[in-house]
Amino acid sequence: MSSLEVKDLQVTINGSHILQGVSFSVPENKVTALLGRNGVGKSTTLKAIMGLNPGTGSIKFGGTEIVAMPTHKIVQMGMGYVPEDREIFASLTVKENLSLAVRDEQPNYELVYSLFPELLTRTGQRAGTLSGGQQQMVAISRALLNKNKILLIDEPTKGLAPKLVTEVAKSLAHVADHSTMLIVEQNLALVKAIAQNIIVMDQGKVVFEGGPENLQDESFVKSMLGVSGGHK
Amino acid sequence: MSTFLLILITGIGLGALYFLVASGLSLIYGLMGVLNFAHGAFLTIGAFTGLWVSTKVFPNPTTWTFIVSMLAGGIMAGLFALLMEQLVITRLYNRHIDQALVTVGVSLVATALLGGWFGFDARLVPTPLWFLNAVTIGDAIIPVDRFIYIVVAAVLLIAMLSILRFTRIGLIIRAGVENRAMVTALGINVRLAFSTVFFIGGFAAGVGGVLISVFSYGVSPLMGGSWLIYGFIVVVVGGMGSITGSAIAAMLIGITNQFANYYFTGLGDFVVVIILAAVLLTKPTGLLGKVSH
Repeated sequence: MSSLEVKDLQVTINGSHILQGVSFSVPENKVTALLGRNGVGKSTTLKAIMGLNPGTGSIKFGGTEIVAMPTHKIVQMGMGYVPEDREIFASLTVKENLSLAVRDEQPNYELVYSLFPELLTRTGQRAGTLSGGQQQMVAISRALLNKNKILLIDEPTKGLAPKLVTEVAKSLAHVADHSTMLIVEQNLALVKAIAQNIIVMDQGKVVFEGGPENLQDESFVKSMLGVSGGHK
Repeated sequence: MSTFLLILITGIGLGALYFLVASGLSLIYGLMGVLNFAHGAFLTIGAFTGLWVSTKVFPNPTTWTFIVSMLAGGIMAGLFALLMEQLVITRLYNRHIDQALVTVGVSLVATALLGGWFGFDARLVPTPLWFLNAVTIGDAIIPVDRFIYIVVAAVLLIAMLSILRFTRIGLIIRAGVENRAMVTALGINVRLAFSTVFFIGGFAAGVGGVLISVFSYGVSPLMGGSWLIYGFIVVVVGGMGSITGSAIAAMLIGITNQFANYYFTGLGDFVVVIILAAVLLTKPTGLLGKVSH
């Protein structure tokens, strides 16, 4: 059964037709990776699903049409979002960043601090003074505090040092075990490790939907993603 | 030395009034991106409410009646701000030029209505007699009203900072000033924060209006417009969205204005414009600005 169904999603930003009829579905309790070259509309797709970029077409979340719904209501239905570039609140402390995200009566701080114990020692630190990796931990934690039906995660390892990539990837793999997730990620090793579905976009459209086994095929990876199949 | 002290405390008092005008402007722009030209009308409405309370409700002025008139001015201006936000601004979210134009319209209409009702001549606000006293500090004889402005502004500064620091709505406002879209992406309806900010901004301007009517020896429908210009300058110098920045900039401008007026006769406004230009050239986000939109 699908958790999220996107049909003919169109988004135009400042006169540019970015998404040109994107359609795909995200099955429940599985990790779906959204892949493609830079600038093909992956992040725009996530933002459109979140209601942050207004679009037309149909987006059904748990059977409910959400395409014209305000962002906060979509989130309250159980959609967690980890944006590209983290977008943590730099002037707020780590504790304030996390408490701002709390929607559930019993937020899951236990999970957050078990995945990222480092945050426990930095609760009073301003988030803007954290390293990139620590900021990413805060961004992911905000989505994990509540019981979400789906997590939308946009390039979680972007710009991180290799050691931190491993740490974040490990945490995502743990979360992926019991979540529905739609993830945009350029790191193919991570995608291979956690995704059960892959969707490839090109020029504002979905050009491939299938299983992750295709990522073993070097020619597929080169033609679809324009990168070598080794690690990226 | 006595002249220096007199000018300094008068400058701080003037800065306190600038802060009351600018703090709401700063928060409203910082959170919502609304360039609110009606903010001067909030100030004027507060001042007229204070006048009405001081002349019609409590015609024998005492300290307590003055406090009541200040609170009434603040609440009336806050409610007017809230009403404007609900009736007009909510329909124009993300249409910044339309918002600016409509707030100009509200300001003009409010000024015309108040002028039609009360006339454009300044009306004196009755105050307790001790407001006319002066205190001696060293050799300096300083009118007591300066200290009233400073105390009221300090109380409101502490109250605003406490709301921002210790309440959930304050947390939402601080986060929203930085990144409004991300606040909504955490499942928070920022409109409640918008309304809160409009009320707080209107309240501060209304209280400021009552005090300005004492400082300027009268209430007039035109008073909001002239003080609004200084409010905008303080906001730009202090940084959009920063209450502390507004407080620092208000003091800087108030004190500089007074010293420049004394030592370079009548050049106070010119020096303020120089400060504004210097800040815009060297730090366009203002002294403590957080907002980039």
